[in-house]
Amino acid sequence: MSGQTVSLVMAGSGGAGVVTAGSLLLEAAARAGWYAYMTRSSGPQIRGGEAAVMVRLGTEPLASHDDCFHLLVGVDWQNVGRFAAEIPLGPDSLIIGDPGEGEVPEVFARSGAQQIALAMKALAKTIPDGRPNMVAFGAIAGLIGLTEDIVVGVLRDTLKRKGEGAIAASLAAFRAGVEAAADFPAVPRLPAMKADTSERWSITGNEATGMGALRGGVRFVAAYPITPATEVLEWLAPALPKVGGVLVQAEDELASINQIIGGSYGGVPSLTATSGPGLALMTESLGLAVAAEVPIVVVDVMRVGPSTGIATKSEQADLNIAVYGLHGDAPHLVLAPTSVADCLFTTQWAVHLAESLQTAAIVLTDQAMGQARAVMPRSAAVSFIGQREKPAALAEGVHYKRYANTASGVSPMAIPGMAGFTYTADGLEHNETGTPSSQASDHQAQLDKRLRKLTGYNYGDHWADITGDADADTAILTWGSSAGPAREALARLRAAGHRVKLVAVRLISPVQPEKFAAALAGVERVLVVEQSHSGQFHRYLRAQYDLPRQVRALHNPGPLAVRPGAIVEQITQWS
Amino acid sequence: MDACVKQREYTAKDYKSEVKPIWCPGCGDYSVLAAITRALASMQLAPENVAVVSGIGCSSRIPAYTSVYGFHGVHGRALPVATGLKIARPDLTVLVTGGDGDGFSIGGNHFLHACRRNVDLTYIVMDNQVYGMTKGQASPTTDPDWEGSKLTPDGAGIESFHPLVVALAAGANFVARCSSSDPNNVADIITQAIRHPGFSLVQVLSPCVTFRSEQLEWKHLVRTAVVDVTDDAARAARRLMTDDGFNVGKVLYKGDRPAYQPEPKGMAAVAELESDFAL
Repeated sequence: MSGQTVSLVMAGSGGAGVVTAGSLLLEAAARAGWYAYMTRSSGPQIRGGEAAVMVRLGTEPLASHDDCFHLLVGVDWQNVGRFAAEIPLGPDSLIIGDPGEGEVPEVFARSGAQQIALAMKALAKTIPDGRPNMVAFGAIAGLIGLTEDIVVGVLRDTLKRKGEGAIAASLAAFRAGVEAAADFPAVPRLPAMKADTSERWSITGNEATGMGALRGGVRFVAAYPITPATEVLEWLAPALPKVGGVLVQAEDELASINQIIGGSYGGVPSLTATSGPGLALMTESLGLAVAAEVPIVVVDVMRVGPSTGIATKSEQADLNIAVYGLHGDAPHLVLAPTSVADCLFTTQWAVHLAESLQTAAIVLTDQAMGQARAVMPRSAAVSFIGQREKPAALAEGVHYKRYANTASGVSPMAIPGMAGFTYTADGLEHNETGTPSSQASDHQAQLDKRLRKLTGYNYGDHWADITGDADADTAILTWGSSAGPAREALARLRAAGHRVKLVAVRLISPVQPEKFAAALAGVERVLVVEQSHSGQFHRYLRAQYDLPRQVRALHNPGPLAVRPGAIVEQITQWS
Repeated sequence: MDACVKQREYTAKDYKSEVKPIWCPGCGDYSVLAAITRALASMQLAPENVAVVSGIGCSSRIPAYTSVYGFHGVHGRALPVATGLKIARPDLTVLVTGGDGDGFSIGGNHFLHACRRNVDLTYIVMDNQVYGMTKGQASPTTDPDWEGSKLTPDGAGIESFHPLVVALAAGANFVARCSSSDPNNVADIITQAIRHPGFSLVQVLSPCVTFRSEQLEWKHLVRTAVVDVTDDAARAARRLMTDDGFNVGKVLYKGDRPAYQPEPKGMAAVAELESDFAL
């Protein structure tokens, strides 16, 4: 991360409005010309309960939280202590608490952070319809250098339906917060930015995933709701029909994946989104899509596992099931976006690959990335749109071979409605025409072709995001949302004079041994960074690739995010 | 070429593939296959505009034996595949074929929701009250005292499932029962089922002579039901709860609930959706 940043947390119980205030802050920051990254943490309650928004604002695009937060504002302290481990503070941090809501919880106080009182509730009460969260918003704005003229615009736009009264009340509470914080201890202030005319988006990873699906050509979605994947579907449900598509809420995950197999067999690019427990239920039919060569995309927004784990917290521990969960030899695609913005690109690419190669693609995102909101530059349109190879006209009396053993391994695929090409798609092993076969020769030929079409394909340079020094002696290998903190660690390490590069793998499977070897040429040691207890990615790399002799692994289970400082520390202390 | 295809008259044979069935001699499914091809011929549906979808089991092999588009998937999931296909491609005629185990045991939840959802599918269940492909175990429709399975040597011991009554309760809109011993009647009922908008359930008593040889008697036990089709689900359910299962040859219930077919609302360019995110 180059440029300046400030990191803050707003916490409170359900109804305190911290998520609303966080959204307003993001919107205002974007108008101030800053970039933003916001994650949320909530308790297990369905509604209400404690909540916290973790916000980082900066002068350059952001993909990660910092090691430590500069500011924690507790609108109240009810059960917020449960998040303490997710909110690292230090002696340079500032905690603002409402004295009417009791002492700052010991778990925060012991960080040594400075504490200051702000009677948010009492101040809000002095203003008709004033709310404590707006007082908190004002205090934060005053401290970080967000000017009132921008906030006025945001309040006008977001509250216009509620009327002038609501706008005035919010603004008054906001001003009270600004005023109260005027003589508070300083936290980093961000500079006013020049008017920026480039287009910006405020988007979550889950929304970006939905957009990537549509850009890739997906027009049929069937899914069963599951945290934290539901927002992908909630965005798609109204969006799909506008572009000529349809979304169906299926009765369960087994129905979801089989419905999209049906839709795709019918010629319509199809996708479902789920989380770990749903992916587990879908694995049999993933194999069906592989065997019957029906293109489908399954997005897995990973959460803490195993079993139902922790529904609202992030982990990268579904890698094993995504790669190895299918029975038999079932080559398929596994991809992982490396940032909120990249959810769009990778999902679009996954659709393209699934359609081109007529197979199943699993896209592994996670809660941290999926539910994070970023203010980022508008995502440029990329050109790939799934293209399914269609059969050419057949000579009289020639039978269509749906599973023709071609050189590329891809067999031209007929779509119902095409006369002269009727065939039966089959999950049973079959011969080239699709007739079920138990012969070893047919099995061998079809296995070979299904593998060949994946290993022989040219994936170009998209297989990984590679940044850093070309002559690096040290490499950080990572994937998914762990790439965010790794990118920031890379910048810090290079600024400190280390020769280091980052390889964030986007195409998990099939493996790219030659490209991987080229990327690591000259590298003497690698640090593998991921968020799983057993080091699934580390083990996968060891099994599939030649690694340099010196390998270290940094792998923590969820829900605590990998911090850039932890990565920097691993490398600087490695001598 | 295209025009010639359209002018040609299709016969039942045109809907049959060259693949030889794996069924045992005497299996009821042969005549159901014949009835399906006859029904398609009677409607003169172009083979390329018809799809037959199935799961796993003896009767689920039917797609490979037809010359229309086919999909032979995994156990119990034929209805979701067919649902996705029909919703994505409403222009196709979609049939689903399978057995009692595939449909009512492993696929039970999908069966309930297919009845409820009412997508325009024709579901033909060949019910032989046994798992034939795995060599003779109790299925959901097997009587509780049947001791023919090594897996349940003292009998299944649980009540058999009543698919037609469950279908009615779940909202099915077209319910019929027929017997493979009368393929012309099966063809006629399948034709009516295809013509009926929404989900249609056709239960065909189709004996497994290998593992339930006593079912050879079914052709003597079945009788043409002496009832008219009703649009009163409660009345239909009462009849079905009290009959012995051998009243066949009729559509027993027909409702007029509209079929579920979500429609795209527009054909906007994807770029127009970017306004959702723009600041």
